[in-house]
Amino acid sequence: MVKKDEKISFEIDGQTCSAWAGQPLLDAAKDNGIFIPSLCHVQGLKPAGSCRICNVNVNGRNMTACTTRVSAGMVVENHTPELNELRKTIIEVLFVSGNHFCPSCEKSGNCELQALGYRYQMMVPRFPYEFPVKGVDARPDLIYHDRNRCIMCKRCVRSITKDGKHVFALNGRGGEHLHVAMDVDLASQLTEAEAQEAMDICPVGAILKKEQGFLVPIGERKYDKAPIGSDIEAQNG
Amino acid sequence: MTKKITIEPVTRVEGHGKVTIHLDDQNNVDYSRLHIVEFRGFERFVQGRPYWEAPVLVQRLCGICPVSHHLAAAKALDVIVGSGTGEGLTPTGEKMRRLMHYGQIFQSHSLHFFHLVSPDLLFGIDADPVIRNVIGVALEHKDLAVQGVMMRKFGQEIIRATAGKKIHGTGAIPGGINKHLSAQDKEAFLNGPDNFNIDQMIAWSQGVLEFFKDYYTRHQSFIDNFATFPSNHLSIVRKDGAMDLYHGVLRAVDDEGNKILDDVDYQDYDQYIEEEVRSWSYMKFPYLKSIGKSDGWYRVGPLARLNTCDFIPTPLAQAEFEEYKALTHGKPNHHCLHYHYARLIETLHSAEVMRDLLNDPDLMAGELVTTGTKINKGVGVIEAPRGTLFHHYEINEDDQITLANLIVSTTNNNEPMNQSVNQVAHSWMDGQPEITEPMMNAVEVAIRAYDPCLSCATHALGQMPLEISLFDAENNLLDSKRT
Repeated sequence: MVKKDEKISFEIDGQTCSAWAGQPLLDAAKDNGIFIPSLCHVQGLKPAGSCRICNVNVNGRNMTACTTRVSAGMVVENHTPELNELRKTIIEVLFVSGNHFCPSCEKSGNCELQALGYRYQMMVPRFPYEFPVKGVDARPDLIYHDRNRCIMCKRCVRSITKDGKHVFALNGRGGEHLHVAMDVDLASQLTEAEAQEAMDICPVGAILKKEQGFLVPIGERKYDKAPIGSDIEAQNG
Repeated sequence: MTKKITIEPVTRVEGHGKVTIHLDDQNNVDYSRLHIVEFRGFERFVQGRPYWEAPVLVQRLCGICPVSHHLAAAKALDVIVGSGTGEGLTPTGEKMRRLMHYGQIFQSHSLHFFHLVSPDLLFGIDADPVIRNVIGVALEHKDLAVQGVMMRKFGQEIIRATAGKKIHGTGAIPGGINKHLSAQDKEAFLNGPDNFNIDQMIAWSQGVLEFFKDYYTRHQSFIDNFATFPSNHLSIVRKDGAMDLYHGVLRAVDDEGNKILDDVDYQDYDQYIEEEVRSWSYMKFPYLKSIGKSDGWYRVGPLARLNTCDFIPTPLAQAEFEEYKALTHGKPNHHCLHYHYARLIETLHSAEVMRDLLNDPDLMAGELVTTGTKINKGVGVIEAPRGTLFHHYEINEDDQITLANLIVSTTNNNEPMNQSVNQVAHSWMDGQPEITEPMMNAVEVAIRAYDPCLSCATHALGQMPLEISLFDAENNLLDSKRT
């Protein structure tokens, strides 16, 4: 629980930070101009801890920054060679476990996975490609759902609703069958704005708004202009 | 005892190619084949993808002329999204695409002539491969080499300004374009310093044309007789018969210039053109249905375009066109090496078109995209640098591509290239006791004239990257040479 009446101090990579007691560490770091990478966390949504990229070392133990609450005197390591290598490895695994063909993907330039690949200098695939065949569902009027690109971050599961009902849900629990399923009837009722919201909440190109391709030229997209996280770090000058 | 000569790989292809030449007991050529031996599969793996991805996805077919695939796919999707063909776009949409396309023609033709062809002309096709390459050109003909580099760079910059990137851009989208030309780019193209502006490009285009014509005067017999044979020719032309490399109607002429097809809407291309599959090549053999498989094949590309069009709608290129047509008394030109001549006239034409477009205010402002009522099938055809390029897509009600058929320029020229290889093999190798490097280069010179995506790496590397092997009738290796 965030205590908005209690400011505490803690430390990230030797920098003294202040935050509300109980604030998610990832959010607190952001407020202090420190970038901790994440693919599943969205400020305001309940933390999921599913992507593991926000792994940091808290008082000697590795923990996910999105699910860890800050407390007074906490000592956090974030930008270390070991943690960055771990993050890079996770990014590489996510890339090979999906069909992420950046050259023709509408999300290219706005894709957080791609942006993290660049930030952590993913140069060559170290792991074998899986080329999954999880299917594509293009039945809704406005949504194109490509499960082969899904990284199971569950952002859509947690956020996209229609009339109070969840449009996306985790389905087929149990190893290789696990996937994010879409309620086609509900998805078909989404408005233009809601469909755009679904596309925007997806960190990769698994949820696309139909009939919208490359309106913004490559080179003029969000991460074409500045690396992911640089807006947060700019607060520290 | 018969022998088989294999030239493999024929490099710088989209995939791999090789030439086999079969000799009989007297070392005379029995028959020859140009094989394309790698399967690409784009037509299959775009199936299921959303249609708006096609222009960006399929252009990955090629790193040399991706703009052609990008625009052909976009033109097909214009039809699907209800924007119609050609005139259905906004003036900005159509003119930006035209500028992109003519920039592509300009850079591709320049690359081909200066980097790949000029070594053959400057040093001779039987010269030592150590000097018969682009480095040799740079060392001995510095001005020409610099012009080649600068002309290609200019075309690439035009592509960047219109498509967003020099290679694999994203400018054309279904129904139009996603950007205007910036004032900064326009100024640079029109008035750039250090000879990097459109007026200089036109002057250099004229210069290289004069260079070729001078060469032709001194080597007319060789150029006119090298791999010359009659054929049909096909391209799109503007409705009034003018050369138009971006949009038009299908026209085909026979070897005498009689029209086989005229004013044909390319949406119906499959009523007029069919593709034959032969077991020894992954590249199909297109032919005109009305004539049939054996005689319905045709040439595409610069030579064909100058045979099908009635005139060129820019003054400098038109004057050159008239001089060129006079060589064959207005009849179709069937000389294989005149592809180079025709290509340089098109280079000049492209520069003139770019100049006119750069001065057009529609590129700087105006609506970018149009839409209409969606349909499930669209065909896009464009004159790529190497010839007529067909893209045909069909989609389902969920916006997924269900069918893609691509007939690329090189495919159209498949049978003509085979004919050319055969001609050269006969005239250079018949009865020869030894197969030499110049003989193999002569085969590649014939292929190279078409500027296929089969152009050889010979000149770039300074060494023929070919392997020649002699086999007896039982396929036993008799001799092998890597030159």
